[in-house]
This record gives sequence, C-alpha cells and structure tokens, in this order.
Amino acid sequence: MTERFVDVLEPGALTTVQDLGRPGYAHLGVPRSGALDQPALRLGNRLVGNSEDAAALETTLTGVRFRASVAIRFAVTGAGCSVRVDGREAGWGTPVPVRAGAVVDVGTAIDGVRSYVCFAGGVGVDPVLGSRATDLLSGLGPAPLRVGDRLPLGDAGDPAPVVEIPRRRPGSVLRVDLGPRADWFSPESLAGLDGATYTVGAESNRIGLRLAGTGLVRRRAGELATEPMVLGAVQVPPSGQPVVFLADHPTTGGYPVVAVVRSEDLVVCAQARPGDRIILRVLSG
Amino acid sequence: METRAVGQHALLVECADDAEVRATYALLRDRGALLGAHEIVPAARTVLVDGLEDPGAAAELMATWEPVPGHATAELPGRLVALPTRYDGPDLDEVARQWDCTTAEVVARHRSTSFVVAFCGFAPGFAYCTGLGPELAVSRRPDPRPRVPAGAVGLAGEYTGVYPTSSPGGWQLIGTTSAALWTPDAADPVLLTPGTRVVFVDD
Repeated sequence: MTERFVDVLEPGALTTVQDLGRPGYAHLGVPRSGALDQPALRLGNRLVGNSEDAAALETTLTGVRFRASVAIRFAVTGAGCSVRVDGREAGWGTPVPVRAGAVVDVGTAIDGVRSYVCFAGGVGVDPVLGSRATDLLSGLGPAPLRVGDRLPLGDAGDPAPVVEIPRRRPGSVLRVDLGPRADWFSPESLAGLDGATYTVGAESNRIGLRLAGTGLVRRRAGELATEPMVLGAVQVPPSGQPVVFLADHPTTGGYPVVAVVRSEDLVVCAQARPGDRIILRVLSG
Repeated sequence: METRAVGQHALLVECADDAEVRATYALLRDRGALLGAHEIVPAARTVLVDGLEDPGAAAELMATWEPVPGHATAELPGRLVALPTRYDGPDLDEVARQWDCTTAEVVARHRSTSFVVAFCGFAPGFAYCTGLGPELAVSRRPDPRPRVPAGAVGLAGEYTGVYPTSSPGGWQLIGTTSAALWTPDAADPVLLTPGTRVVFVDD
C-alpha cells in the first residue's frame, strides 16, 4: 500500500496538529491542549468519516498549503475561508476528495481565526501522553508546521453520511459564572462586569485570550497562593486586564480568577480576532 | 470540606496549610470516582476537582468528608525517591546570604531535609517540594534566567523544585540532579508526582 502523507508547502502564520488534547494530566503539570474550537474539529472529523478525536490541522488566520501523496479526502471547518484544489474552488464544510499529487490551498480566514483541516484517517504523528496535539506552552507534541514537513496520515475508513453542515458566525458574547475568587474584587468592578465590553488583544494566543477594557479593581491586596486553573478561567493579573485561559493554559496560576467562561462559549474565544469587541454576560455568582 | 464553585464543572477546596492539601488530595483521589471527577489537581492551599457533571451534588457529598492531616513530612506514607545531586548551583551564595549562614550549611541543611511533593505546575513534571519550612523561604531572582538547564535544583519561597526540562526560570539554583524527571514516552512520565517523598543524596 502506498504511503499516505501530505507535504507542507506553506505553513501559514501558525498551523499546528490538534486533536481533543490530553486532559487528565493537570496534576502532573501537563496542560490539556487540543483544538481551541472543538465543535469545529469534531464536525470536520465526522465529515470525513473519522472518530471525533482524530488529529487535524488548526490554522491561525492565514491558512495552509499542502500536497497529497495519494488520493485523499479532507474537509475544512471552523473559520470560514476559501478552499482550492489545484487552483480550483472546492467546498468549505464538506468532504473534498482529491487525486494523488493535488495541491490544496486553505485560504486566509474570512471570519474567525482558526480553520480545521481534517483528513480521512487523521494526522498520524506519534502521540505523546495519548494525544497528538501541539502544546505551545510546554512544547509537547509536534512543532508548528514548517515548509517541507511531511505529515503521515492514518488509514481512512468509510465516509460517514453527514447531514448538518452548519456555517456559524462567530459570536461576540462570553457568558461567565463568577468565582472562584470574585471576592478579591471591588463590588463596583463586579457590578460592572455584566455587559462590559472588551477588545480582543493582539497578543492573544492558544494559551490565553487577552481582553482590553475597563480594568478590574481589587478589594484585597496581597498575593494568592498558587492555585489550579481551569479551561475558561478569567484570570486577572495586576494590570486588571483579564485573560481567558484557553487550551494551552498553565495548570496552575498565581492571580485571582474572577469568573469562568461557559464551555459552550469557548468557541467564541477560539474564533475572536484581535480588535474584535467582546461583551461579557454574567450568568451566576 | 468546604468548596467554592469554579464555573459549571469544577469545585475548589480550600485548605489551611500544605499538610491539609496533602490529606485532601489523598482523600479526593481515592474517592474521585464517586464524584465522577476527571481531574483532581492539588496546588499550594487548594485542591481542584474538575470535570464534574453535577458540582452541586458533589459539593453536598464532599461537605460530609473530612480530610485527616497530621503526618510529619518524614513519616508520610508513599513512594520515596532519592535524587542524586551535586550542590554546584550558581545561587548558593545568595541562598546562604538569605538564610544568614555559610554555603556549606545551606548544603547540609538541604541534604538532611525530607521533602514531599506538594503539587506540580509551571511545566510538565515540575514538582513543588515542601520540607524546608516557611522560615527558610527565599525570594526569587529579580531577573529570571532565559535558560535554566534540565536537572537544575532551585529554591523559591518555601519550595524546592527541579527543572524537568530546560526552560526560562527565576528560582535560586543550588544544585544539579542526574535523575530524569520527565520521560514523556514512559508509562509513568513524571518521577515526582504529588505526595511523593523526596530526598537529595550525593551524586
């Protein structure tokens, strides 16, 4: 059987291998990592007949270009973008079969930030602690893609029938629950959090979504003893400008967490572009 | 034990000191399956229970549980790891200054201490070991080093830590161990897991 792989011709600004990550090792200091927009990864994998946890490519704003060694099927989900095969327009959000040697261009994100390129059979790099995900904080998993990288693909199963192919606009509302350290902040800051508008910072990455806006003011001084951190934690460093912890976040942190983003809204964080406005909505606490 | 809500899927248990963290972590690790938790993560004064379907029910159940701290570090149950160590760190003089003693006394004190891993963080396999006590707390370096080699033994606050991989770091470095702390391909990738007892011995 011919070896199945793709050669990376253009890696884009930052393209990494992602699956559903390696949760369960936080007590050893290992971040969970994995796709930032998990629903998009799961959908893309279903489109090509993979199990939802298969490894795929996660692009960042600028897309990726590759050549297939054999005839393959792939699907692009997540951020909307053009998909071209040998220069011809192909479908977004649908399985695309290509011939051996075809050159595939996944274009710049039109909306959102991160597109997912899911290959039938999945990306077959060696797993680390049960996951093939690139963890940019601790350097686990394969390095970000470079020109000339050759990515092995797993064996493709039968294509599964897929009915829904939703193209969703990235939202702009982050619903949060207050706590565990809301009591470290002034009543005025907490009262102002519901409906507050923040701008997504350019330094946002897979570790955290940085928000710029009204700073949160502490009611108590002193340092918090190092505490475990959860996905979606809204941590507030001394500057008062909140950071939402995303998949590659450190497992512990030393700044108080004022609130936690609802898991359904983590996709908003995954697809928010620098300069976008985000509205916080406090649900409980 | 009392808990704080952390979003929709997690609870945080607050503890008075690191002995209570150890006892709480041990108890929650034993009973985590009863709660349906996916992760139990200790830190300095708290233990996180994450991945809960129903945190309200878990909190009610946990309210009836009482951890029993009380073991001295040297008498703790659990695995003992001896780390072969050379005390050749560049910050021995600074630690001696902060402890107001000689570098030989720093080495003797550190080598005769029984440590226990309180928690992991900062990097995969990086263990925060307690044992020296708060009176020997040291401040971090004002300018973190851009690169600390794997195996470097350092002090910060009341903790001793060993860098499992090369990374930037601000801890005061007192020595080097030849032990492998992080072996991602192994069945047990981390040598110093929470609750492990640790001593530093001659290399």
